[in-house]
Parts: sequence; structure tokens; C-alpha cells
Amino acid sequence: MDKALFEYLLRLGDDSLVLAQRLCEWSSRAPTLEVDLSLSNLGLDLVGQAQLLLGYAGEVEGQGRDEDRLAYHRDAEEYRNCLLVEQPNGDFAQTMARHFLFSIYRELLLDELVGSSDTRLAEIAAKAVKETRYHAELASDWVIRLGDGTEESHRRMQDGLDWFWRFVDEMFAVDEVERVLIERGIAVDPAVTREAFDARVTQVVKSATLEVKPSTWPQTGGRQGNHTEHLSTMLAEMQVLPRRYPEATW
Amino acid sequence: MYTTELDKKAADSRVVEVGIDDPQQLARFEARVAADDFIEPNDWMPETYRKTLVRQMSQHAHSEIVGMLPEGNWLTRAPSLSRKAILLAKIQDEAGHGLYLYCAAETLGVSREQMIDALHDGSAKYSTIFNYPTLNWADIGAIGWLVDGAAIMNQVPLQRTSYGPYARAMVRICKEESFHQRQGFELMMHMVNGTPDQREMAQDALNRFWWPSLMMFGPPDDKSPNTERSMRWRIKRDTNDDLRQKFVDATVPQAELLGLTVPDPNLRWNEERGHYDFSPIDWEEFYAVVRGEGPVAQERMQARRKAWDDGAWVREAAASYETKHASARIAA
Amino acid sequence: MSSDWPLWEVFVRARGGLDHRHVGSVHAPDAGIAIRHARDTYTRREEGVSLWVVRSNEITASDPSEAEEMFEPAASKIYRHPTFYDLPDEVKHM
Repeated sequence: MDKALFEYLLRLGDDSLVLAQRLCEWSSRAPTLEVDLSLSNLGLDLVGQAQLLLGYAGEVEGQGRDEDRLAYHRDAEEYRNCLLVEQPNGDFAQTMARHFLFSIYRELLLDELVGSSDTRLAEIAAKAVKETRYHAELASDWVIRLGDGTEESHRRMQDGLDWFWRFVDEMFAVDEVERVLIERGIAVDPAVTREAFDARVTQVVKSATLEVKPSTWPQTGGRQGNHTEHLSTMLAEMQVLPRRYPEATW
Repeated sequence: MYTTELDKKAADSRVVEVGIDDPQQLARFEARVAADDFIEPNDWMPETYRKTLVRQMSQHAHSEIVGMLPEGNWLTRAPSLSRKAILLAKIQDEAGHGLYLYCAAETLGVSREQMIDALHDGSAKYSTIFNYPTLNWADIGAIGWLVDGAAIMNQVPLQRTSYGPYARAMVRICKEESFHQRQGFELMMHMVNGTPDQREMAQDALNRFWWPSLMMFGPPDDKSPNTERSMRWRIKRDTNDDLRQKFVDATVPQAELLGLTVPDPNLRWNEERGHYDFSPIDWEEFYAVVRGEGPVAQERMQARRKAWDDGAWVREAAASYETKHASARIAA
Repeated sequence: MSSDWPLWEVFVRARGGLDHRHVGSVHAPDAGIAIRHARDTYTRREEGVSLWVVRSNEITASDPSEAEEMFEPAASKIYRHPTFYDLPDEVKHM
């Protein structure tokens, strides 16, 4: 088994799955019907990406685990998503701040992964990058409108950015697992996209009349399974049926 | 999802002024409708027609929106990724259907905001079925199979309703809903072919959703005084009891196919009528649920109000952004 | 307090070569978001490749009470239609 590739696919797939699960929590709760539809579209894209990435991960592992087995029968410490995506939704500004930061990171990463030497991963990236570009554009639109809206929305949007900024560095960190894959031309070094990320974020934040306040204490650990308190609670809810009825198929 | 006319004295007179109809125009209108012509927003129409439509369409829209909640209850617990995607897409469709119907009703001179306010203050009604809780995963199957099945019975004929915007919205809705009932039945098939626990959940879901589904067709015809006029105006195309019978006739064999028992000891095929006979419906319960005394009616309304109130600052912010930038565009 | 955004009419081009066609409406605070809402509402099943949105109150409609004088006079101009002209079958390519 290609252990590094399996690990890498879990990271990518778990990012999609965990964020999708958070977006599911928005269903029926959005500020208008139209926004409800938008958020569901984002969630559907991400569930689809999770199915592809975790399905491929299961094949690479070769132990007979499919995407559902991986999604529903791993504990929090076996999840490999970054900390940002597991953070609770908060208000609409926080959700948009989280989605804005993640989608720009992810779009730039997928853009590079389209050229991965692993053709299957390259194909998945080619599909996902279009979806993610839309996510980044939509989230940017909202960051701008909320930042430059009312006094209240400005405050909430700035709070949202401030709240999540400490999780940004983790997305660009590279460990031994990824270094090996980068050398093999399979994975992408996210560090090469950092400059573009900062430029995109700065541009939007500026037109939103907001500012980025550097975080003094960046949070990391998700890629190694060291998560925040929120993930296990989220998974307990998500996994309840398959865990309670392991013999059942649905 | 669907609604039938529930409340004869709905308090929406504040949104539609009642006038006295000109007999000549009324005759011309009736002739057009009788000829299956479509009535469009700016056409002359009797005030009662307009009022009935606003009530019926907004009730229908409210039902779609409130109907998202019982299913949303299981969205974060959907037991596989594909079930999660299907359910999310289905609930999203319901938001879309509510949206189409509100927009269609808006062509009659009432704003979405007014309709939503009427829902939130309890003066507008929605389908009683959504005031029942979803207690196990099979309920998601039962809703698709029974509730959407009942909805389709009502909605398909409404594609030919006389009011153009309503008919067009229904065409789009029926097209999109075609997968809803199928996914529900397919989910039920997995449950009945699964473990004993799953079978039990499926039977339990049918037990709880059967009678509320039959109530979805609304009061019996003899308690539905406006049916004749609504049918003449092509706002309604079949009577409540006819549709209910059609639903029972179609659904009982499906339950048999699933190996589930319909919770009605008096249910049997009547050779002479060519229909199934079934027990009388508990109309006391129905009217109580219409009045907002359903098991989770208060929770449903609380959830809708909370979403709307929590979103107020977002709606204001975006409007304020546009105001600022529109004036900047003009100045430039 | 409650408030809703203004209404926009949505037009979708189903595929290249076709006209944009009216499909419905959305509420949105501005043109940019109206396009996003139109996309997220009306093109979820591959219904289109291009979108137009226009503020509903910017549309001027003809008056239905003038429909007779507006549209019925066209009915008698049957010579505008190719079928008005009887030609022998031998004439080809016309």
C-alpha cells in the first residue's frame, strides 16, 4: 500500500467531508431562501468531492474500506482534516470567513493538483477546482458585502476573520508525509501558493474595508489527528446510525 | 410538498383588498377560464379569485419551507454519504419550490415579506403533516414515499391551473420532484430488506405517517364549501376525497410490496366500488393540528422565526452595501 | 425586524445558439448577488450556460386591456406568411 498517498487523500477528503457536514447544519437556517440554496450547493459539491477522494483513498489502502466505511467508522483522531473546517458555524459572517479562507487555499491547491503525476488525483482535482473557484467567488462576494455593509455586519465580519485567522498557517504547513509525495510529483507544496493566497485575501479584505490581523499563536495538529474539541462532537452526531447498527446497509 | 385550502377565514384580507366585481368582466373572465385559457398577472380577475390564489399559493409555499425542517432533522445524521447528498439535494429543492411559489404569489401584489410575516405570526397555515416529528431514519423514506406521493397527486393536476405563474411554477416543481418519491420508496426498500431493527423502523414510520398523510388532502368534500367554485376557476382540479381515495388505492399495493402493514384494521378492497375502503379519519386531530396544536408545531414556527430574525442583519447589510455603491455609481 | 431584498427576473440561455428565456425570479440585494442566486436556484440541473437578471420593477409591460387593439390587427395580415402563396409543386427551393 502507498501509505503516504492514502494519508494525503484522507487529508483532502476529510477537509471536504467535515466542511460539508458543517454546511448541512445551515439547512433551513439561512438569512433568505436564496442563501439557503447557495449554501446547500456548496455542501453538495463538498459531499461529492469527499466521496471521490475517500473512495480513492479506500482503493489505495486496499483493505476493503469504501468511502462510507472511512467516513463513518473512523474516530476523531483518525480524521486528517485541517482545524479550520471543523470549527462551528457561528453566525453567517463566521461561516463566510471560514469558507472564504478555506476555498481560496483549496482552489489554489487544486489548480496545482491538476498537474499531479497521479492521474486519478489529477482528474478529481480538475473537477473539484471549478466547484471550488465558485465557492471562493461566492464567499468573497459575501465578505465584501458584509464588511462594507452596516456597522454591525462590519464588526461581525471582522470578528469572523480574526476568529479564524489562527487556523490559516496550518493549511500551508508541510510534514514528512507530504514532502515525500511532493518529491514524487503527486502532491503539491502548498507553500508555493501562499503568496497568491495572501494576495487574493488581501485584495478582498481591502475592498471589504476590513483588515487581516496576524495571529500570534497559530493552531495546528489536524493533519496528524490532533483536533479541537469540536470534531468528536460533530462526528458523534454524523456517525450515530452506522455505529449503532454496524450490520445495516442504508 | 403541497397544501390544500385549510383555513376558510385566513387573516390575509389585510394584504388583498376586496372589491366588487363588474358583472361583464366577471362573465368574460369565467368564459376564459372555462376555455382553459391562462390568466396572467395584469389581467382582470375577480377579487375572490385573487384572494383565494394568494392564500392557496402562500400556504403551498409555507408548506415547502416548513417541510424542510422534519427532513433537516436527519440531514446531519444521514447514514451514508450518498444518502446525505440525496437528502441535502431534496431539502434544497423544497427551498427552491417555496421560492418559486412565493415569487408566483408576488405577481398578485403581495410581497414575500408579508407572506412570511403571516406565517410567523400564525395567521397563515401550512400543511399539517409537517407538525409531526421525524423520530427515526425510516421517517425520511416515509416522507418521500407517502408525503411526496400525496403531494404529487395534488400537484400534477395543478400544472394546468388557470393562473399562469402558478401553473408554470408547478411545471417546474413537478419536474424537479419526480425523484423525491422514488428516493423515498427506494430508501424504504433498503430498510425492509435490511436488519430486523431497520424493518422495525420502517413499520414504525408507516404507522406514524399513514394517517397524517391521508389528512394532507384536506377536509372531506362536504366540509369543503369552496371546492365547487375553486374547481370552476381551475384553481383546484380534483376534490379532496377523490384525491385521497386515489392515493390510498395507489399506496396500499406499494405497502404490500414492501411487506409493511398499513395501520388500519378496516382497510380492504371493495370489489363493487373498485376502490379500497378505509376507516374514518380523525378530523378532530386534523383541525387541532391546523390550529397549530400539532406535536411539534411550536418548534417548527420557532425554527422559522429564528432563521428569519437571525438573518435580519445580513439582509440589512447587503441592502446597505448596495445603497452605498449604487449612489457611488450614479455619482461617477 | 424583517426586511427582504428586491425582486429580479431571471433569464437562462439553455445552450449556445438559443435565446435567453424567462424562467422565474429571485430576491437579491444587488446585481452581482442576483446572478449568484439565479445560478444557485435555476441552473442546478444543467438548465443553462448563460444568465441574465433584471430588476423586476425595470420591466415595462403592455396593458392587457389594450390587448385587442395591440395584437388582433396582426391576424388579418395573412399575406405575411409563406403559406398564403399558392405555387405549383414543380417550383423547388422556395
